Amino acid sequence: MKTTINAVLLITGLFIFSVSAAEMKTLRLGTEGAYAPFNSVNKEGELVGFDIEIGKALCTEMKVKCEWVTSDWDGLIPALLAKKFDAIVASMSITEERKQKIAFTSKYYTTPGRFVRMKGDAVEASKESLKGKVIGVQGGTISENFVRGEFGEVVDIKVYGTQDEANLDFMAGRVDVIFADSVVLVDFLKSKSGQQAELFGPSFTEAKYFGEGIGIGLRKNDQALLEAFNQAIDAIRANGTYQKINAKYFDFDLFGE
Amino acid sequence: MNFTTMLEYLPQMLDGAWLSLQITGLSLFLGFLLAIPVSLMRLSHLAALRLPAQLYMFYFRGTPLLVQLFLIYYGSGQFRHELEQIGLWAFFRDAWFCAVFALTLNACAYTAEIFRGAILAVPKSDIQAGKAFGMSGLLLFRRIIFPKALRIALPSYGNEVIFLLQASSLVSIITLMDLTGVASRLVAKTFAVYEIYILTAAIYIAITYMLVVIFKLFERILNKHLRTDS
Repeated sequence: MKTTINAVLLITGLFIFSVSAAEMKTLRLGTEGAYAPFNSVNKEGELVGFDIEIGKALCTEMKVKCEWVTSDWDGLIPALLAKKFDAIVASMSITEERKQKIAFTSKYYTTPGRFVRMKGDAVEASKESLKGKVIGVQGGTISENFVRGEFGEVVDIKVYGTQDEANLDFMAGRVDVIFADSVVLVDFLKSKSGQQAELFGPSFTEAKYFGEGIGIGLRKNDQALLEAFNQAIDAIRANGTYQKINAKYFDFDLFGE
Repeated sequence: MNFTTMLEYLPQMLDGAWLSLQITGLSLFLGFLLAIPVSLMRLSHLAALRLPAQLYMFYFRGTPLLVQLFLIYYGSGQFRHELEQIGLWAFFRDAWFCAVFALTLNACAYTAEIFRGAILAVPKSDIQAGKAFGMSGLLLFRRIIFPKALRIALPSYGNEVIFLLQASSLVSIITLMDLTGVASRLVAKTFAVYEIYILTAAIYIAITYMLVVIFKLFERILNKHLRTDS
């Protein structure tokens, strides 16, 4: 039985290896496509957003052809490990937990997490005030870890597959507050339905939850690719490409210090 | 493969499995009760009874359960004010209710179709024999048609029960922590994809096996008079 499984694994492995060897120059980038304004699918069905433009700029810098693959958020790391694509460019925070499975480039941006409530709701970002409230978060994100770690005992946490669904249920009144990355929330607050909501509480950046910023996820044995990405990130920071993309989406510096 | 990982998360997964069973069981029970009148409406000679049943069954058998769940859960969210006015929002606000509601309507549509076929398959001679005894209407249905149809329907209904158990895994997308919901949360946390999904599959198989045994038992009881070996 075990030999059969090994044989099957070996054959599949050989197949994948030969495919990737044949297309060395094409780098496959995995993203979620449901995390505006970083990566989302527009009305024409094309991937757009900050992650996508940064990804394209890095590919240009590295002089490789890139193609995009979309996957559910939860499936990104398993798909990377299963060699469905070669890098995750999906606003993924660098955390200790993830570093056990995959490697990360140095950060390409960093943002704090924020709470959102309905306008007119007096709830505060404290354990006393949030007690018994329903908080909506996207599952498997640092936002979920943060809310569980800091407020887990006093609140009811609802976990969603995508941020869009959490926002929908917040608007429908099924959750009292949402917690997410500030930049994603800014975009939601600008939208028509988001007008009735507002940010509250401080900006949370504890490294324990929020890690060392947002990086590109790679398989641990792709050391050469990791170095190429790091050099490319430095290069687009130095030649102004990064700043141009930054300015297109946000009126503040996304890179941090 | 890490067996300690599996053992560590087993209690949480069993909690999820319990929710899966609750939702499936309740939806099946309600779906079964509703399917009896719906299948009779579907067989009615009156178009006013037949057409609504036909339309309902056509819709629920013709669209994916995933779409039905999304429509009922996120769709109801868009009509919050209207639902509040008629006092139904308290139900639709709750993901558990939306899941049972969607699965019940789905199960009922399929079950009604199974019943329709079974009722049509009741031998004419049985009905004539019943009529010869002076039975008609509800009495004929209760004593002759329904028991016979139930026996005919049982194998396909057993199939539907198993199908609905698997389909209940979809409720995890509307924030319910059923077996699949717990599993995908644990995978997102630990990335132990194989261990957790193999365990998930094993729990589903165990439940399905139990259902198969229960239906075998039912079949033996209902068809007792047909057995020649005892």
